[in-house]
This record gives sequence, structure tokens and C-alpha cells, in this order.
Amino acid sequence: MNQRRPSSTSGGVPDAAAADAEATADTSASPVPGPRYERWWRDTYSPLLERRGAREALFRTLSDIEVAPLYTDEHLAGWDPEERLGYPGEFPYTRGVHASGYRGKLWTMRMFAGFGTPEATNGRFKALLDAGQTGLSTAFDLPTLMGYDSDHPMSKGEVGKCGVAVSSLADMEVLFDGIDPEAVTTSMTINSPANAIWAMYLAMAQRRGADLAKVGGTIQNDILKEFIAQKEYIFPPAPSVKLVVDTFEWGPKEVPRWNVVSVSGYHIREAGSTAVQELAFTLADGIHYVRRALERGLDVDEFAPRISFFFNVHNDFFEEIAKFRAARRIWATEMRDVYGARDPRSLMLRTHAQTAGVSLTAQQPLVNMSRVAIQALAGVLGGTNSLHTDAYDEALSLPSEEAALLALRTQQVVAYETGVTNTVDPLAGSYYLEHLTDEMERQARRYFDQIDAIGGVEAAIEEGFFAREIGDASYQQQRETDSNARITVGVNAFRTESAKMPVVLVDPEVVEVQLARLTRVRGERDSAAAEGALARLRSAAVEGHNTMPAFMACAHAYCTLGEQMDVLREVYGVYEEAVAI
Amino acid sequence: MSDRPIRVLIAKPGLDGHDRGAKVIARALRDAGMEVVYTGLRQTAEMIVNAAVQEDVDAVGLSVLSGAHMHYFREVAALLDARGADDVLLFGGGIVPDQDLPALEELGVARVFTPGTSTHDVVAYLRETVPERRRSHEAS
Repeated sequence: MNQRRPSSTSGGVPDAAAADAEATADTSASPVPGPRYERWWRDTYSPLLERRGAREALFRTLSDIEVAPLYTDEHLAGWDPEERLGYPGEFPYTRGVHASGYRGKLWTMRMFAGFGTPEATNGRFKALLDAGQTGLSTAFDLPTLMGYDSDHPMSKGEVGKCGVAVSSLADMEVLFDGIDPEAVTTSMTINSPANAIWAMYLAMAQRRGADLAKVGGTIQNDILKEFIAQKEYIFPPAPSVKLVVDTFEWGPKEVPRWNVVSVSGYHIREAGSTAVQELAFTLADGIHYVRRALERGLDVDEFAPRISFFFNVHNDFFEEIAKFRAARRIWATEMRDVYGARDPRSLMLRTHAQTAGVSLTAQQPLVNMSRVAIQALAGVLGGTNSLHTDAYDEALSLPSEEAALLALRTQQVVAYETGVTNTVDPLAGSYYLEHLTDEMERQARRYFDQIDAIGGVEAAIEEGFFAREIGDASYQQQRETDSNARITVGVNAFRTESAKMPVVLVDPEVVEVQLARLTRVRGERDSAAAEGALARLRSAAVEGHNTMPAFMACAHAYCTLGEQMDVLREVYGVYEEAVAI
Repeated sequence: MSDRPIRVLIAKPGLDGHDRGAKVIARALRDAGMEVVYTGLRQTAEMIVNAAVQEDVDAVGLSVLSGAHMHYFREVAALLDARGADDVLLFGGGIVPDQDLPALEELGVARVFTPGTSTHDVVAYLRETVPERRRSHEAS
């Protein structure tokens, strides 16, 4: 656990080896950065500290980075803004991928939604578009995420519970009824079965007469973070990554406006990681996909512009802003200097962000509105390209319509009332922020070295490296909360009796609706065409060809999701992780 | 008999892979001196109850965040009964709305810990409840 702690003294406070959960960093000896800082520390700061003492608090970021009482130009000695920051829209993109920041275009306000039947979610989508949302984001239920049809025995009790159920093209047609796939970009949070679900969406668009060249959106399609954190995997790592690379090869040619992957730190953070781990493991995953795609002989500048990212925005305000800026700089540098990308779009890390679900409390849930607002502001100051804000009631149940609307309104307040959008990257040059940005990059690169030493991301997954690192971090955070070393308002401090909240429940009819539609689909489709398409999928998988044309054929033939995933389960096998706590 | 360590099975039923809570609780109970078996992911009710019986545990804790808690607690409670393991303490944690708590209690779920619970509370609860159960079971 202790190896996560920075060993250098770059925090401006000598290595506080003694800084266990209860101690304060301010009790440490003299500072290092430079004579002027040292003078201030000796003449002004220390005497005050001796007289009054410091608060009992952890002066460390949520990632356990030591925070000095003050940052000055001396902390940035040798720091070259031309090299470390550059300019917005230029390498290394620390200050953002768009030269005009939010002056040209605001971020996309994209609220994640999905529950119950495709009919119910379609209604929520239309309400969100009417309320001024600018893109859609689809939550699927657990059976869909795990590649089971709604009528599979493993689906029992889970259909429509934490997302919408989609078992075939017929469900997809209902889900996007009345929504123009050329006008609205859609993000789909789907991973192991991503190829099949994407094909269903594209088949739906084609049947409406849409031109795939004009259809835009994102599939999450990031299987590595499933092995690392969220655990919604089906097949072993190698064939799983192969399916991802199939989309890298097929997508840019056939659906050029589509982001074929959203490399996600969000779930890594939700699993209890630190911000540094989120940053490091996400970029390591992105680099792993690039390496595999290059091994297949793809041209980096053809697929890299379609790689997008997805980060969490948690409570530690400056650390979160630093994380986004460090991510852009690391990605641009790696892509240019290691992987030979030349197209500027290949170097730009474009990202979605979501406020931290894990930070929401069931106690005094209205307080979550404040957390979400501050996190949203951090995401925007970090330069996110797209944002979901959590609803305040999400620690209790699915978000209510009123709470989801309020979350969207929170983004609109940041966008239109705070003035932070008036100038590009307004915090650049802050001694503290630039120090943190550098420190996060340094720690992330140390993780890259560790992962490479194990043999790469897939080897590190199988060896249990990520599970161990994240497990240690989440346990440490829990202990800090249990011992009141870290305060969570309403949970271990400032408690009051919460008012009871109304809770959103999923209509139990979802199962009947889904079963009826599945029965109809299986009865009415051209069964020879369906069998032919599944045979084509099997042969593509067995022979190692690109599976996307076969997935498209399966979608058009109304093959169910479960049928398609069963074919691949037979060919690839299923993965089980070693159990460890 | 009652001074042997408390044995607990922590289980993740169903398709959900969000295991932060289950693992944190498992570690906290272990650090408190209990013997902890963690099932890993994607467990059916049969798998959980089989493990509980084989491992001869005092308590089974289910972690459910997906909204499917009524389904899984019902199945596990019924199977524990059917296997004659109704002396095993069934408890749980996760995102469970208050309004479902009475129905869970009727199923025989002794306690549900909702978000924000301190691990100290879970440890204290098991240290208090398990010995009582052992005494009343040995007496009967």
C-alpha cells in the first residue's frame, strides 16, 4: 500500500513517512524548494504554526499526494511553459484540444439514461432532448451488458433494473424511435458485447435511410477496464481485445464519425482507485489498444483520431483538474514520440467526464447537489469535451426525472452563469495546479513502467496487479473514513436525520414486454437468414477475420444478442478471474 | 464452542461486477480477526448456499447494488432453509431502498447495511449477533 505514496520531496514538504492517517503534514521539518520559500517558512509560517498549530486534517490529496502549505514559483523551478503547456489546440494539448476552448463550442451535455423497457427509455431520451440536452447516452441492463437475452435464466431478477434491456434489433428500433441518428450523436455504454450492440444501432440507422458516413456516436467498448475494475467481461482478455481491434479496423472506414472506443477511467475510480491510478491505468489501456492495432498492421493515423476517453470527476478539486491536463499531455506525447502519429487529431485526447457516483451519499441526499456542482466545475476547468452530472438521488435508486433534470441544469449554470467559459484554460500557470499536473504525470509514468515490467496490461490483469492496487487504495480510503481522518459530510460528520426520499422503481411489466418481443422476433424473422448470419459470425471468429461484417449481418437478420454471444462463448471460451480480497 | 473465530461468507450474487463494497467488507472483517470466505463474482443462490454449508459459516453477507436484492435474498433465504442451514445469519449490504427493508426482514434477512456504513458497525454487529445465535442454536 505504501508504494503508492510519493517518495520524492517534490510536494514541498519533506517525505512525510510519518504521515499516517492521523498526522498532519505540517508537523514536518524545513521545506526544500528554494531560498525565498524557505525564508517565508522560517520567518512567518513556522512561528505562526508553533503558536497556533494546524488543524487536525490530512493535508494530502485524495490520491495521497502530499500538499504543501504554499506553492510558489520556486516549486516550478526549471518548468518551461512552452514545453509543459504549449497553447490550446497545439501540442502537447495540456491547455485543451480546442484552440477556442469553450468560446467556440460548449462541452456536450450528455446525460446517461436507461431503465426498464426500450419504450420507457425512449420516452426519457425524448424528454432530455426537449430539456436542452445535446447528445444521448444509453445505459443497458446487466443481462445486456453480459450478453444474455432477457429470457435467459441468468437474467432473472435483473431485466431492466439498472439500464434498458436490448436483446435484438427490434428493441433497438423501439429505443430510438422518433430520434434522428444523423442529427443526434449517441453514446452507448456497452463493452463485451459492444460489436453486436453497435451493429444493431447501425442497422437501425440504415433501415431508417441514414447514411452511416453521417452517423456519429461512441461505443464504450473498453474491455480492459472491465477486467481491471467493473468486471463485466465475458471472454478472456486476448480475444476480447481482438474484438476491440476489429472495431478500430472497420469503424473509421465505414462509420467515420464514430468513436470506436471510450477508454474509461471512470469505473476504475468508482472501484476505489486513486486519481493517479485512474489516470495511469486508463492511459495504459489506451496505449495497449494502440499497440495491438499496430500489430495488426493498421495505420495509427487512421484509427487514433477515433479513440476517445472517459474520466471520473471526484471531490478533490485541483487534483481532478490536474488529472485531465496531465492526461492530454501524456497521451499526445506518447502518441507522437512512441507510436509515430502525425495527424494532430491522433494526438488529441478528447474526453467525456462524469461526476463521481461513488462520492454520493445516501445520507442527506440533497447535499449531493453541491458535490455534483463542484465536480462539474472541476470537469469544465479540466477542459472536458462532454459531461454527465449525477442526480442527487443516485445513492438510493435510479435517478428520478426531477433529479436528473436538476443535474442537467447544474451544467447549464456552469456553462451560462459562472463565466468560466470565457477564456481558455483559465487556471494555467497556477503554481499548485501545475505542480500537481507534473506530479500526476510523474506518478502515472511510474505505473507505466511497473505495468511494462510485468509484461503489459493483459499480463498485469491475469497476474492480479490492478485488483491489488485498487483494492489497497479503496481499503485505505474506507479506513480513513471509518477513523474520521477524512470527513464525508453527513456520513461521519454533521449528521442529521435524513428525510425519506421517494424512490424510483422499475415497472415489473418490463419482463413480460421483453419476453413477448423476443418471442415475436424469433417467430417472425427469416430463420435461414438468421442461422446463416450466425454461421458467418462463427467462421469469422474461428478464422480470426474481422467480425464486424458478420455482426452487421446478424443485426439485420434479427439474431438476438444472446445467440451471437453464445457463438463467441463457444469459440473463445469464458473468463473467470482469480478470487482475491 | 462459542470462542472459535466468527466465520463469514461474503458473496456477490448475480451479474453485477461492482465488488468494491464486498471486498472492503471482507478485508475489514478479516482484519477484525474473523475468518472470511469471499465467493468472487457471478454467484447463483445455489453456489452461495453450497459454499455456506461446506464452509460451515456463521453468517452470509450478500452485496447487491443492481436493484435485484429482493430476488437474490429471497432465493438464498429459501435455499438456506431447504438445506437446514437456517441457523446461518443472513445479512447484506448495498443500494437497498428503505421501503424494501420490511419485506427483506420477513424473508429472514437479519440486517441490511446501506451506503455510508462504517466497517466498524458491521464488525460490531457480527461480534454481538453471532455469539447470541450460536448460544441459542446450541441450546435448542
